[in-house]
Amino acid sequence: MSRFLKGVDSFETNERKQLPFYIGLVGFGLIAPFLFPNYLFQIAILWIMILFAQTWDTMGGQMGYNSLGNIFFFGAGMYISAIVQVGLVYDVGVYTSAAGAGKASFTPEQYYQGIIYGTLAAAFGSALLAPILGLIMFGLRAAYFAIGTLGIALAAGELFGAWQWVGGGGGIAMPVHPGTADARAEFFYWFSFGAAVITFLALKRLYQTRFGLAINAIRDDEDKAEALGVHTLRHKIVAWSVSAFFLGISGAIFGNMTGFIEPLEVAFPTVTFGIFMVAMPLLGGKGTLWGPVMGAIVFHLVKEVTWTYLLGWQWVALGMIIIITVVFFQQGIMGWMKEKWPEKFGVVIDQTATEARNKGAAE
Amino acid sequence: MTSSVIEVDNVSKAFGGVIANKEISLTVPNGKITGLIGPNGSGKTTLFNSIVGYHPIDDGSIKFEGNEISTMRVQEIARLGLIRTFQQTRIFSKMNCIDNLLISIPHRTATFKDMFRSYDPETLDKAEALLEFVGLYQKRFLIAGELSFGQQRLLEFATALMNEPKVLLLDEPTAGINPTLINGLIDRLKRANTDFGITLFVIEHNMRVIMNLAENIYCLAHGELLAHGTPDEIQNDQRVIDAYLGAH
Repeated sequence: MSRFLKGVDSFETNERKQLPFYIGLVGFGLIAPFLFPNYLFQIAILWIMILFAQTWDTMGGQMGYNSLGNIFFFGAGMYISAIVQVGLVYDVGVYTSAAGAGKASFTPEQYYQGIIYGTLAAAFGSALLAPILGLIMFGLRAAYFAIGTLGIALAAGELFGAWQWVGGGGGIAMPVHPGTADARAEFFYWFSFGAAVITFLALKRLYQTRFGLAINAIRDDEDKAEALGVHTLRHKIVAWSVSAFFLGISGAIFGNMTGFIEPLEVAFPTVTFGIFMVAMPLLGGKGTLWGPVMGAIVFHLVKEVTWTYLLGWQWVALGMIIIITVVFFQQGIMGWMKEKWPEKFGVVIDQTATEARNKGAAE
Repeated sequence: MTSSVIEVDNVSKAFGGVIANKEISLTVPNGKITGLIGPNGSGKTTLFNSIVGYHPIDDGSIKFEGNEISTMRVQEIARLGLIRTFQQTRIFSKMNCIDNLLISIPHRTATFKDMFRSYDPETLDKAEALLEFVGLYQKRFLIAGELSFGQQRLLEFATALMNEPKVLLLDEPTAGINPTLINGLIDRLKRANTDFGITLFVIEHNMRVIMNLAENIYCLAHGELLAHGTPDEIQNDQRVIDAYLGAH
């Protein structure tokens, strides 16, 4: 993505041209609770999907490190927030071993306090786990990195399953939202909407800095970037850490929204969310700002529609999307548009400079 | 007085049983253009790779401005101001030309916080000026991977200059370039040396180019240093002629 286009018009640097997208998306986000009050949970998941796609794209699209283990930070954030939320009021070990007894209750004040601290801890905790894993994993490149990170996510699921203090395979029942069912749905809707918007704006801002350019350079040719003296490891760790920060938040939200967390299906669902977060940016166009957002919307729409109307075929449909994207449509929606209309993205020969030069040569 | 900026002393490097460099000693004088020639497989690129830290050397010492660099890593050496270009041109193929140059701002003093800064207008101006210098200004918004091979070479050269190196190691800068463009390139290399004050150390196969460019030339053959001298001396050195004609 070219950000430093002086004197040329590009969709990616011209905020006015992106305005319809902002209005459409944020507008939908703001009025959806009033138009579709019965689908709030599904739309909340859409925002989380958009967050997934964006944070994966920071690694896979912008930096070229295809992580299959980003779901680890989602699960880690979920568990961190659960431990903080429960731990602020009860002893975590006692609480989890009494799971299902239903005696643990939280006052509204305890609940909201817990969810705020829990989410913050999840964000920063995940962001701190990334450098630790990064120092080990960034020795690997390309497919090895993908497989290595997949291993982390799978191992995490198993490890948390064996960790009795946090409930082991039995999981943790999260504190229950004190309001009515509707109030609860609305609370989590706004929470996930806000998280997705903040993630988008933060990443957008980040991609406009030197950092954004450097991770693109790492994607194109890491050895060359090293040969130019770029601090590659520093950039890679920060990229993963930023990605993990927002994934941690999404994990905290999702854990509370679901109400019950368990290692394999909810916290570290490698084959569902873990794959979705890769498939969505690929579909939308990796390495672009809006691609992951578009990919997430299309993917989620297809997912929800097939789940409702073609039950039994939903996995076939999602599998088809992935196969078609990978085999026939690797550039994704945004990538395709960039190929089709490069001039709209500022990929142009500077005609005025060419003319000036020709004129100069003629004189 | 010309001091030497790179001092290679008795450097050996073997890959398994293949001895690529054997006890090579040479110096690159500051502010000059030095050439490195030799038949295919004589160990030129291996020596370059050793200097810039691509692989550890087996024996010997490499000094840059008097400091030992043979145990340093690629990025650290690059940050000292020792930049190389590649025999197989390497550019950031999915980024436009301006971005290719902006990546290459000197990273010597880059702090952690600098990552999150944008580029100053002066840096942008400098990038544009360098693209003008290599004749790619009009194409600055094009994706680098879509440029012709020769243009990619020029872009790589501009990228290297953007880094404000003290020494630039060029690995066959004219390979694969249209003969009519070679003169323009020689001119630019010389200007990089005189106008920007960059010391050049050039591997080259094209004899016309290197004889035109370098003030003194080292010749390698079979991983050993064969000869050293001015272009005239090298051209008339029977050992060099034999090496190229395959008398060894």
